[in-house]
Amino acid sequence: MARRYDTRTTIFSPEGRLYQVEYAMEAIGHAGTCLGILASDGIVLAAERRNTNKLLDEAFSAEKIYKLHNDMACSVAGITSDANVLTNELRQIAQRYLLQYGESIPCERLVSWLCDIKQAYTQYGGKRPFGVSILYMGWDRHHGFQLYQSDPSGNYGGWKATCIGNNSAAAVSMLKQDYKEGQTNLDQALALAVKVLSKTLDMNKLTTDKLEIATLTRVNNQTKIRVLPHSEVEELIKAFEVEEAARIKKEKEEKERKQQKEKEKSK
Amino acid sequence: MNKLFPQSFLHPVPYIFAMEAVIGINFNDFSLIAADTHAVFSIIFVKNDVDKIYTLSDNLLMGVIGEAGDTAQFAEFISKNIQLFKIRNGFELSPKCAALFIQRNMADYLRSRTPYHCNLVLAGFDKEKGPQMFYIDYLATLAELPYVVHGYPMMFTLGLLDKDYRPDMTEEEAIKLMTDCIYEINTRFVGSLKNYVVKKLDANGVKRLPDICVTKPKNS
Repeated sequence: MARRYDTRTTIFSPEGRLYQVEYAMEAIGHAGTCLGILASDGIVLAAERRNTNKLLDEAFSAEKIYKLHNDMACSVAGITSDANVLTNELRQIAQRYLLQYGESIPCERLVSWLCDIKQAYTQYGGKRPFGVSILYMGWDRHHGFQLYQSDPSGNYGGWKATCIGNNSAAAVSMLKQDYKEGQTNLDQALALAVKVLSKTLDMNKLTTDKLEIATLTRVNNQTKIRVLPHSEVEELIKAFEVEEAARIKKEKEEKERKQQKEKEKSK
Repeated sequence: MNKLFPQSFLHPVPYIFAMEAVIGINFNDFSLIAADTHAVFSIIFVKNDVDKIYTLSDNLLMGVIGEAGDTAQFAEFISKNIQLFKIRNGFELSPKCAALFIQRNMADYLRSRTPYHCNLVLAGFDKEKGPQMFYIDYLATLAELPYVVHGYPMMFTLGLLDKDYRPDMTEEEAIKLMTDCIYEINTRFVGSLKNYVVKKLDANGVKRLPDICVTKPKNS
């Protein structure tokens, strides 16, 4: 039955669903994870890199995090070619606004503009939706630091910390537990990002070539967007590993102590 | 060259003067715009109570002179777009952005089949920067200036303004300066522009002040 409706993006199924849109969301569920955390003094975007092959030319050092204009950057999860089309569109929208009004586009305006395009692809015939979810980080003079997420249906929302892509539900619930509202600075946000990713990614050990991290801060009244070099990512991972080892050791000792106590009791 | 002189004097397209007057003067905490109230057709006055100063938003005031239909049409077009921006974005355009927006539209129309022939004075109140004043003409020149005059009356008033203007003038002094300019126009200019609407823009928004009406030339 579903076959009759899932070939078209524009038509509701009898249960009131748009299958193509749901499939697009599903596709993102398999894509590399992207994570964003809002801090009091900046924003962090972290993304998992999938295309790691030693034969790959490293000319493209940033694979998933794109600068959009002076005050915004985004990271994408989904079909990379679709994402390229959308980032290109985002950059054009931002430049058109700059040309018309002489200042950077406000974050939400850019996000909602792109979402109008994404929505159109779920409604007008003969097209498939864009298989891309995007995390945007930005700064504007109206609302300061902002983090947004958008999905293939054209929905978008502002977040304090969120995650898209593979295993994102687990990451979001971890963030929910560990994110302290209003008390997180950029360094803590970076540590949290590494911690959450290392626990949600399908790998035993995080490596620098699998991780891409960018930060957005304000320095001297100007926005600074920086993709962290390998050395700094390495440091973050090391710091996390040390902390994790200490935690495991502590837990182990606690456990042993408990067992000891129980043994003494039973005696 | 006087830095207050508009660039368009150097433009290959000649700047065409209008037989109307709009004067804008910017001070430390408010700006004033005055415009004559006459609608002219050929050699005839058709109306003498036209308001050529448009309120674009709570913090923007625009004086427009030029081709009869164009002025109202362009002012409405800008005004509605600025209101639409506010609805879409939930905040108002800053004066600087509004000036750039107007200039951009003017430049685009100048190069279309249907250019608008009007000259503008834009006064804006920025919460951080205070009052600002912009010169925009039909050739899409944009300049931020302390005082702006459009039309032939520019030739009679700029000198007076150069001499007497101070940014720290009180409202009373400002109106006196404006009145002096208007009397100067009526002393030397052949076009008879008798009545002027005056509007003030400050932190509290736009306020229409009593009209300045020239009864007889100063020196008679």
